[in-house]
Amino acid sequence: MSQLDSLDPKAIPVEDEALRSEVRAFLSEAMHKVPAHVRARSWSGYSPEFSRELGRRGWLGITLPKLYGGGGRSAYARYVLVEEFLNFGAPVGSHWIADRQSGPLILKYGTEVQKQFYLPSICRGESYFCIGMSEPGSGSDLASVRSRAVRNDRGWLLNGQKIWTTNAQHCHYMIALVRTSGEPQDRHKGLSQLIVDLSLPGVTVCPITDLSGDSHFCEVFFDNVQLADDALIGAEGMGWEQVTAELAFERSGPERLYSSIVLFDEWLAYVRTPAGRTPQAQRLAGKIISQLAPLRAMSISITEKLTRGESPVVEAALVKDLGTGVEQLIPALIADDLFSREADVPLELLNTLNYVTQVAPSFSLRGGTRDILRGMIARGLGLR
Amino acid sequence: MDDLFSDAVRQLLADQCTPQVVRSIEAGASPADLWSHLEEAGFLDALVPESLGGAGLSLRDVYPVLELCGTYAVPVPFAETLLARALVAESGTKAPGGPISFGDGRIDAEGGLRCSAVHSGKVCDWVLVSHEGECRLLLVASARMTADAFCLDATLIWPLQVWKEAMQVPVKVELRDVQAALYAAMTAGALMHVFNSTLQYANDRQQFGKPIGKFQAIQHQLSVMSEHAFAARMAAQLGLSAESLNIDRLRVAIAKARTSEAALEVAALSHSIHGAIGFTAEFDLQLFTRRLHLWRQAAGSESYWHDVVGAALLDSASAMSLNLIRTATDMTVA
Repeated sequence: MSQLDSLDPKAIPVEDEALRSEVRAFLSEAMHKVPAHVRARSWSGYSPEFSRELGRRGWLGITLPKLYGGGGRSAYARYVLVEEFLNFGAPVGSHWIADRQSGPLILKYGTEVQKQFYLPSICRGESYFCIGMSEPGSGSDLASVRSRAVRNDRGWLLNGQKIWTTNAQHCHYMIALVRTSGEPQDRHKGLSQLIVDLSLPGVTVCPITDLSGDSHFCEVFFDNVQLADDALIGAEGMGWEQVTAELAFERSGPERLYSSIVLFDEWLAYVRTPAGRTPQAQRLAGKIISQLAPLRAMSISITEKLTRGESPVVEAALVKDLGTGVEQLIPALIADDLFSREADVPLELLNTLNYVTQVAPSFSLRGGTRDILRGMIARGLGLR
Repeated sequence: MDDLFSDAVRQLLADQCTPQVVRSIEAGASPADLWSHLEEAGFLDALVPESLGGAGLSLRDVYPVLELCGTYAVPVPFAETLLARALVAESGTKAPGGPISFGDGRIDAEGGLRCSAVHSGKVCDWVLVSHEGECRLLLVASARMTADAFCLDATLIWPLQVWKEAMQVPVKVELRDVQAALYAAMTAGALMHVFNSTLQYANDRQQFGKPIGKFQAIQHQLSVMSEHAFAARMAAQLGLSAESLNIDRLRVAIAKARTSEAALEVAALSHSIHGAIGFTAEFDLQLFTRRLHLWRQAAGSESYWHDVVGAALLDSASAMSLNLIRTATDMTVA
């Protein structure tokens, strides 16, 4: 047997599954008038009002302790909620990163003061976080980051630049991976994570327009940004280890399976019409489900490991690489199906298809490229 | 999960079902020795209810054992017999001794009952045949046998009178679904074995002064193999997650489709990494990759089952495909 743990099917506990009908009733009401090509944006969709409403209903920070305003529930509870958000195409981008990984990171590594300061507003859907990892010279080679924070009498003085930072223009805070000692050639040593208040003087956020015309990622510049002493999260010099642990949360969730699900359901609605149903479409629909279903079971199995406090980083990489492959296959196969027919394609379906087709390359870039993930799996297999 | 049971089977197969034994049975040697080891160990009635003298295990419990039939390329219908004996017991009679396989009967041009490509047809004593909505247990010795593409398979033709006089076995499930579930589990076992032995080979084989597993191109191929092997294994487990013998057709369809897709990918990558040595009769890889292709073809390839899953999706009332995905994956709390 290889070093990869075997993943066995696991049951979502009844009390967590019970959340589904409640959240579904809310989403059916909230989303039924939103067109598919807008819903297809899902975790790129931005709506502070929506996030605050989820916060009011107790659906954000659901895994965080009640002491800090959270739900005190397990990773399974979040799995059920997030699965519904994504399948309805709810605009969850505002709070997405804070809820998924910044909150759990602060809970795990933060001081009591930091926890009391940041977590309650995350749970209310009022404070939004972004991830400051990539830099112009540091993409896949993340350990080469050059942004640097130097200790001074008032805390930390930060200089440098981040790029491809999702939603930075709408966020209040960034958790940035920066060098706090040594040189770029020291690699993993000397890196730390700092919480940067993006409203501080010296911070400049510039949105970048992507090929679909959206601006969901940004350049962020730091020019002598003075941070307080307690901007440091976790231990100084432990940034690399902390970032790695964060990635198990980032890579195994439902967002690595369902990025094209709104398109898939919109296409199915067309295929279910008398004019739309063909043997070829039926087979294609079966192929997609046959790939998604085992992946969902794997993702739930990884969630079970998270509930036990494990950090299944390699298994998560495996799910993300396969899952994003299916997410990219969906628009490719649907386009071929629709344009092998003589009939006109409904405009809303066509708009949704074109949007997903355009953004599909990002599915296997964000959160680690295919090649980086395969390298991580190879390391897990003992090859590196 | 009954680990004691599967550990015992694993040990027995490791001792008694070596690659040499697989080769010799494929070459025509008698499978009687191997079979008597399996029979004497008392494994055959694992799925038979305790009230009828069996171990009373569920399909979910015996999944690891079915997977082992692929891991060890077992050249007798062990998995089939486990299921067939339980189906016969459920119908109220006791199954006869000896290996049992499954067949799909059709009336041929001469008026006989023909079962094409019976899996392990050359090494079984009985075949549970389905024909026109009925199942009956037929003795292989009373059939005319012709060779099939895979060396252990056979086409069997019985005089129609034999069918008419044979014992009826009322079965609530489609035999094709049962077979598909079994082949999915066996494929999952073979996939894992092929992946693990290819990983070992990549660590051992030196070229350009280092193990080929040190090259990024090989590493990424092995990563992709592991993804397919693990996804297929999960699919196969879902296919056999029933507590009773009433397997779920949707789950089996997904299991067989996903394992069949993986079989093609993993077999191709394993041969690519092994190079010419993996292409020889002497090297063990072929015992498993030939079976990956065989089981992909048996009881419906991926497209056959994609059609089944697609029909279930298009006929479902819900506008959200998530609901069908949940139906196919949600586990009951054990």
